[in-house]
Amino acid sequence: MTEVSLPPAELDTFPKLLERHRAERPGRPAIREKDFGIWQTHTWGQVAEEVRNLAAGLFSLGVKRGDKVAIVGDNRPRLYWTMTAAQAIGAVPVPLYQDSVAEEMAFVVEHAEARFAVVEDQEQVDKLLEIRERCPGLTQIVYDESRGMRHYTQPFLHHFDAVQAEGQDYNKVHPDFYEDEIAKGKGSDTAIILYTSGTTGTPKGVILSFDNVMKTAANGVKLEGLTDTDESLAYLPMAWVGDHIFSFAQSYVAGFCVACPESSETVMHDMRELGPTYFFAPPRIFENILTTVMIRMEDAGRIKRGLFRYFMEVARRSGIKILDGKPVGMGDRLLYALGQVLVYGPLKNTLGFTRIRLAYTAGEAIGPDIFDFYRSLGINLKQLYGSTEASVFITIQPDGEIEADTVGKPALDVEIKIAENGEVMFRGPGVFVEYFKNPEATTETKTPDGWVHTGDAGFFAENGHLKIIDRAKDVGRVNDGGLFAPKYVENKLKFFPDIKEAVAYGHERDFCTAFINIDLVAVGSWAERNNVAYGSYQELAANPQVIEIIKGHIEKVNRDLAADPQLASCQIRRFLILHKELDADDGELTRTRKVRRRFVADRYDSLIEALYSGAETAYIETEVTFEDGRKGTIKADLQVIDVAVGPGGETMMKKAS
Amino acid sequence: MAAETLATPDTDPASPAPSEGTAAPQKKIGETLLRADNITLSFGGVKALTDISFEIREHEILAIIGPNGAGKTSMLNVINGFYHPQQGRIMYLGAERRAMRPHLAARQGIARTFQNVALFKGMSTLDNIMTGRVLKMKSNIFQQAIFWGANQREEIAHREVVERIIDFLEIEAIRKTPVGRLPYGLQKRVELARALAMEPKLLLLDEPMAGMNVEEKEDMCRFILDVNDEFGTTIALIEHDMGVVMDISDRVVVLDYGRKLADGTPDEVRANQDVIDAYLGVSH
Repeated sequence: MTEVSLPPAELDTFPKLLERHRAERPGRPAIREKDFGIWQTHTWGQVAEEVRNLAAGLFSLGVKRGDKVAIVGDNRPRLYWTMTAAQAIGAVPVPLYQDSVAEEMAFVVEHAEARFAVVEDQEQVDKLLEIRERCPGLTQIVYDESRGMRHYTQPFLHHFDAVQAEGQDYNKVHPDFYEDEIAKGKGSDTAIILYTSGTTGTPKGVILSFDNVMKTAANGVKLEGLTDTDESLAYLPMAWVGDHIFSFAQSYVAGFCVACPESSETVMHDMRELGPTYFFAPPRIFENILTTVMIRMEDAGRIKRGLFRYFMEVARRSGIKILDGKPVGMGDRLLYALGQVLVYGPLKNTLGFTRIRLAYTAGEAIGPDIFDFYRSLGINLKQLYGSTEASVFITIQPDGEIEADTVGKPALDVEIKIAENGEVMFRGPGVFVEYFKNPEATTETKTPDGWVHTGDAGFFAENGHLKIIDRAKDVGRVNDGGLFAPKYVENKLKFFPDIKEAVAYGHERDFCTAFINIDLVAVGSWAERNNVAYGSYQELAANPQVIEIIKGHIEKVNRDLAADPQLASCQIRRFLILHKELDADDGELTRTRKVRRRFVADRYDSLIEALYSGAETAYIETEVTFEDGRKGTIKADLQVIDVAVGPGGETMMKKAS
Repeated sequence: MAAETLATPDTDPASPAPSEGTAAPQKKIGETLLRADNITLSFGGVKALTDISFEIREHEILAIIGPNGAGKTSMLNVINGFYHPQQGRIMYLGAERRAMRPHLAARQGIARTFQNVALFKGMSTLDNIMTGRVLKMKSNIFQQAIFWGANQREEIAHREVVERIIDFLEIEAIRKTPVGRLPYGLQKRVELARALAMEPKLLLLDEPMAGMNVEEKEDMCRFILDVNDEFGTTIALIEHDMGVVMDISDRVVVLDYGRKLADGTPDEVRANQDVIDAYLGVSH
């Protein structure tokens, strides 16, 4: 049972895999859902039957080969079954983000030419009814939860149960229907269309074939040794490629059980009850969990707090080494074992991490402290790098070779090259077929010989690990030709709790500089503990001690950067702490709190000049908008601080002076 | 006025009838469920209610409004048997009701929530809602302590009802949280859940939206409408937010200084000059 067994190659679609599970492990759990406070489990045998009825039901409703079926809702077993059922009769599932507003849905439904939609509840039905006029192609809607639907009399609305019952009848009359239909499917068929969320421009529909999805999923299963005894939690949007691979494709390939939480608010609680062995979360979630732990520890009694501090120190010293199988002294090993009993075990139990064998994080950079915290507890947290166009996996960190700032080595069968402009390109079995109805974008992204542009800039570190530094279009060069990766540097700075925002400059300049925003909460609490009086953000930001602390942080970042020959040119030579917090009301941040670099550069033009002129102070007057809309000005004399740089930054230091 | 015995075909399905996909017609207000006849209530020399008559009909949402001290809560207390009026009578389910204590009213299917939340603060949400089932439990404390056979099955059945209510009111995330730790808006929702656990015929809500922010109010409105719609529960509520009252209620009773000023649909009440003078002010 613990041996990794990959399905034979002739089973090249998910419906065929499902039939294999029906035959091989009919009694094993396939999917769970917490409903009415109880985990309701469906076995592979039951799922196969549900899907068979649903497929025939959808067929009776008019779904034909090649039709697109929109799927909208939280992670629910029935919506996952809809994917397989649609695939069984040759239709293509198109999952949509459940929290998107009607407007965004209209675009995808229309673009995908979805004729059918299977949705979770009244909320989604309402949105579809709202956009129905603009999407005349949408003919039938199936909903799962009947709550609030009593007064909906439209003939094109169908309850999930009714569709399945219809299918059951159809299967009785045509017993060979389902088997005949799934036999028609083959690996090169379109398995799914996933719309990328589209931060730039309109969403694009990424077509993935069964071969793409299944081979990539199988490679992941093989690499990590996932088996049918594993268990995972499906709580990220079904429209996101990660969920499709982790919660759907890999579950089908390896035969493991996926659990759907009761609601989005109960995820952490459900996680604790379930104790998954395989877990994915973006860095933000790991960060939130850590914050919660820390806050709860602050409230704990003195003994508990002392124990926690002591053993977390032990874990910091030796936990990661033990996890990576590196030599650790006997004394530390014993202490760690004691810590396991007293602290780590109970803590992991509270978080639902007790059984975790494998946890991934991806999407953005994770703070090294956060990353190390989980690893030192013995949780095998790894980073990966992926995209929708790759069916997720591009690189994965191999066991025992984990670092906070790389994304690991190429996944099985994936080739990676760095283009001349520093852009990361990949080729492999997961490479998407094309963008749906968008040949221009396809040719722009995918070369004829199968290489895909990621749009990310990166390079290989000496140990063969890929490092992603920024979006390729944001990466610049300092005047001596060295790389300038603003976001990489800013992220490194922002990992310090004292630094809330950082804006780095250096493109076409002699060296790099930065604006810093201190974090009023973190630095404020430091000030309170150290009896430093201050009246405002501005006053605290100008405090010499605070400047000294920030300088220390920047020196540390510089040391890190200097260790990496490719990034040594990004070391911060001079910085200043801004006299006000960057604010969306003043147009300096977007509403999602991303810095508008260009705007900030224009607005604080004189400060940038001061950073590069060698001046020791800079005078600035800024107009600010208060929350009630009134305007005022802030005047300040800001200190410009020089920072020591390590090797690699030396040449530029000479130039600057 | 022979009330519920008049089973005209379309008013009869008083039970929830949650049959899937039935295209239910627009909701039908049924016959009189409860009628107050000339109620007068005084505390010593203070007249809280003077000669008040109105009726609550099956399936409707009735709002009782009025300025502070108008006697709204006193009226609810009369309905659920907490106060005994000196004059007048309450007709409930077609029969005159004798002076009774609140738990008997509860047994007859009248549930209520309170102006200032009255939950067991130290108990979890789940346990609080379970207390709403106490009247329906047959086994006694000793049988429950043994928790075997029929008693176990009974507990499971009650728990299932409670879980359905938790699902309905979307409070899964706080199932095990002690109620005292919840924000006010959620406490109100738990109180509604406990009242629903009694499977009442008549639900009395005393300012269900007081102290809530706009979003919480919207949620609460939706739950009240859903309860009324899905379970067919008759609801009488006191509320100060006129927007809410005019939006969700079928009929409105206006009280002022213990007297009834008006009674009718929201539109009628809004146009009534007495009501405007005493309470609403110039319509905006």
